[in-house]
Amino acid sequence: MTGWLATLGARGIDSLRAFGRAGVFLVGVLTGTPRPIAGLPLLVRQLYSIGVLSLAIIVVSGLFIGMVLGLQGYTILSDFGSEDAIGQMIALTLVRELGPVVTALLFAGRAGSALTAEIGLMKATEQLSSMEMMGVDPLRRIVAPRLWGGFIAMPLLALIFSVAGIWGGMMVGVEWLGVFEGVFWSNMQASVSFWDDVVNGIIKSIVFGFVCSWIAVFQGYDCVPTSAGISSATTKTVVYSSLAVLGLDFVLTAVMFGNF
Amino acid sequence: MNQRAIEIIVGLFMVAGFAALLFLALQVSGLSPTAAGSTYTVSARFNDAGGLAPRGKVSMAGVTVGTISAIELDTNTYQARVTMRIDATVDNIPTDSAAIIRTSGLLGGQYVDISVGADEEYMQDGDAFYATQSAMNLERIISNFASGK
Repeated sequence: MTGWLATLGARGIDSLRAFGRAGVFLVGVLTGTPRPIAGLPLLVRQLYSIGVLSLAIIVVSGLFIGMVLGLQGYTILSDFGSEDAIGQMIALTLVRELGPVVTALLFAGRAGSALTAEIGLMKATEQLSSMEMMGVDPLRRIVAPRLWGGFIAMPLLALIFSVAGIWGGMMVGVEWLGVFEGVFWSNMQASVSFWDDVVNGIIKSIVFGFVCSWIAVFQGYDCVPTSAGISSATTKTVVYSSLAVLGLDFVLTAVMFGNF
Repeated sequence: MNQRAIEIIVGLFMVAGFAALLFLALQVSGLSPTAAGSTYTVSARFNDAGGLAPRGKVSMAGVTVGTISAIELDTNTYQARVTMRIDATVDNIPTDSAAIIRTSGLLGGQYVDISVGADEEYMQDGDAFYATQSAMNLERIISNFASGK
């Protein structure tokens, strides 16, 4: 019984410590933000590997999700004879929810895991400590550009995802199932509000971008420097990011669209 | 790949992101640059505001001329007071016009329709509609019909 209690206590202290380390780490990264001129090439390189290389999976997933929404929405709405509302349904679902959330989940799987593995391997091969020996701050040189890269790339990816999805939905709804194009767009424009829907979606994706990149770089930086440690850190990145995104999404939705 | 090529590709990526934002703003949410500023406010009292909601549309002859900005209970008369913002370009609504709550389609949302009167004087900022017609309530109509009223 005491043994069990002790294990529980040790677990609690461990996770609290990890939270504390993550906070201290974040402060270190943010105060060690690269100077604009010197750090820009590093940031651009990270934007390339985090943002541009994620573009293919984002566009393809967005397209298919939009097409599925169009197909499902048409089947359900045509029961009520209101298949004209399909544009509004697709646009609101994508802009408010699926755009930010699915992008963040794909981002955690595609870019977050890569960030963790990269930084973890640098730690395991002692590249980080040799940087410190040479007087280069690894937080500033390695971690900060990756954190900012993810933070900037995520909203842009989410916007592109939403547009790809709306285009996919239009292909299915208008081109294939024959909803009149003018009604499709005008219903969409009548119900989607720029400030309430689009901007709130962007705010969500900014929050997710920050959380996902933070988790990814921290897990890499904090991992046990062995091959097993790197593999478990990569798994943790994907699991924690997904849970954090889904949990935060509920909180943000309740604050933004709850109306209470 | 050299730094220059990466910079160009990242630049294209950012342009694509902002183009997506522009598309969502203009084509999807129908944001028009001249939307703000040029409106005036009128109100109407209804016995039953039904399913009317803020941001709903106000139309004349089927053309949208404004939006509903607020719906609240008037505690003196126990009526719903609906405040509407009308485009400043539509400045010639006769004072004896009626505000009527209508439903678009069978399952569509409700909106305020302005039925034009014949007065020579026009409504100004802050005026109220004298004649109103409340939302059609299907249950009430059926119960009236059943009780023979």
